[in-house]
Amino acid sequence: MFIHLKDVSYTYNLNMPFETVALKSINLKINKGEFIGVIGHTGCGKTTLLQLLNGLLEPTEGKVLVDNIDIHQNKQKLREVRKKIGLAFQYPENQFFEETIAKEIAFGPKNMGIAGEELEQRIKKGIEMVGLDYYAYKDRSPFSLSGGEMRRIAIASILAIDPEILILDEPTASLDPQSCSKLLSVITDLYLKYQRTVIMVSHNMEIIAELAKRIVVMEKGGIVMDDTPKNIFQHSLRKLESIGLSLPPVTHTMYELKKIGKPVSSAILTVEEAKDEILKLIRKRERNEIY
Amino acid sequence: MIKFDEVTHFYNSEQGNKVASLSKVNLEIEKGDFIAIIGANGSGKSTLARHINGLLLPSEGDVLVESYNTKDLNMIWSIRTKVGMVFQNPDNQLVATTIEDDVAFGLENIGIEEKEMKKRVDWALKVVGLSELRNSEPHLLSGGQKQRVVIAGALAMHTSYLILDEPTSMLDPKGRKEVLEIIKRLNEEENITVVYITQFMSEAAQFKNIIVLDKGKIVLTGPPKKIFNQPDFLLSLNLEIPQITRLARELSANGLDIPANILNEDEMIKYLCLYI
Repeated sequence: MFIHLKDVSYTYNLNMPFETVALKSINLKINKGEFIGVIGHTGCGKTTLLQLLNGLLEPTEGKVLVDNIDIHQNKQKLREVRKKIGLAFQYPENQFFEETIAKEIAFGPKNMGIAGEELEQRIKKGIEMVGLDYYAYKDRSPFSLSGGEMRRIAIASILAIDPEILILDEPTASLDPQSCSKLLSVITDLYLKYQRTVIMVSHNMEIIAELAKRIVVMEKGGIVMDDTPKNIFQHSLRKLESIGLSLPPVTHTMYELKKIGKPVSSAILTVEEAKDEILKLIRKRERNEIY
Repeated sequence: MIKFDEVTHFYNSEQGNKVASLSKVNLEIEKGDFIAIIGANGSGKSTLARHINGLLLPSEGDVLVESYNTKDLNMIWSIRTKVGMVFQNPDNQLVATTIEDDVAFGLENIGIEEKEMKKRVDWALKVVGLSELRNSEPHLLSGGQKQRVVIAGALAMHTSYLILDEPTSMLDPKGRKEVLEIIKRLNEEENITVVYITQFMSEAAQFKNIIVLDKGKIVLTGPPKKIFNQPDFLLSLNLEIPQITRLARELSANGLDIPANILNEDEMIKYLCLYI
């Protein structure tokens, strides 16, 4: 399944006094199996974009094509899109309402007409995919969980619908560091092990730099950059800062070292890469001094 | 000064059990302190913060704000004037249709006369750098600007203590920077005591002192250099060390002679320049 936004614009309150343009002339192709990070400051149109991707909003101009079919011209495709593209909003646990975790997760698939053995399998698989034990969790109240577990169960409830594409809006917001890294390894598994397409919005540059294979940068309702993390963080510090974003601390450190004339690569995204680059340089220098 | 004396707070779990979200907490916050509180989800950070201005009351023990006990109902409004709270989502705290009305909201509630009110609102907006936007509508602001309006609202009340509960968790990098710069300035220039809850270790590293909570207890206190020098202990509490400190430890473990508790980029660059 692949998504193609073709010249898509979206205006809130169209033809009303409070008309607001949220997106203008967006062109974006998302292929099967990608891991895309979407970044941009508050109010740049990220959330509107996500809602267009799974057909929750209909563009005021342009087309949303899924597998080359215009989803707003084809009711059947739109229904399929809603099942196959799962969207986790910010703080998805705020939408919990059931007594047990199993019932909570059953809500989506049940609405799709799934019952009996198949339903139980879906619930089981959803819980397992987020790295939790089905038997230990199924009968507990979703409200008794820790913040990180709640977030994972909320994602499990989307996985139970068996989506091909998973859209996550700030999935790690206000989780503690360990819950955050556990959730990120769950998300990495969804991409690598379960081969889902993942589209993730985050304000955390460290996370985006480490996980995403492609980054889409948004500003004022448009896409201003669309490239690999290395290219984006290496070449565009000024541009990123001017639109309210930043570099991960290690990337920024290397950038500053390069600026004062040190021969380091600034295409460094993780602690591991920074360490290797620094040690390599020191060894090189030691050799030069010896001979 | 704010003083927690053997404070325990119970709530009833869904099974009807009494659970302590704070347990025998003793704490003294001096005037002018600049403190970050860190701890895993559910460790009691927000419960602790809500005790400072009497939004929650201790089940056992006492919380004193200067000489007032938060259990003294007659004094609760004086306490809330002294202690300003800033929460995670500014949209929940903005009430008026213009920014200056929003900043004036608390003052109107306590019946400050108009001339004085105007003076305080002008001053508070100037401190947070939003004077020019005073007639704008709050919903048109960025997340960082909205949090600055909330902070201005507290300042206008002549708050001496500012308690911020994850004020940047919904903000973009620029908004996070704006909020941190403002509260640093308030602490340095206006001598406002700051207690700042955060999940971002790189933010906590910028405070003078850090309090670490685990299961409702204070398990560690001290300056960032000391706290982030104990990565294994932090890991056992579901916390971690800032990215730059991680790099420092890796380099130090590989034989480089640099301190393993470097906290920020400037310091890291200074040390690296000795080697490369």
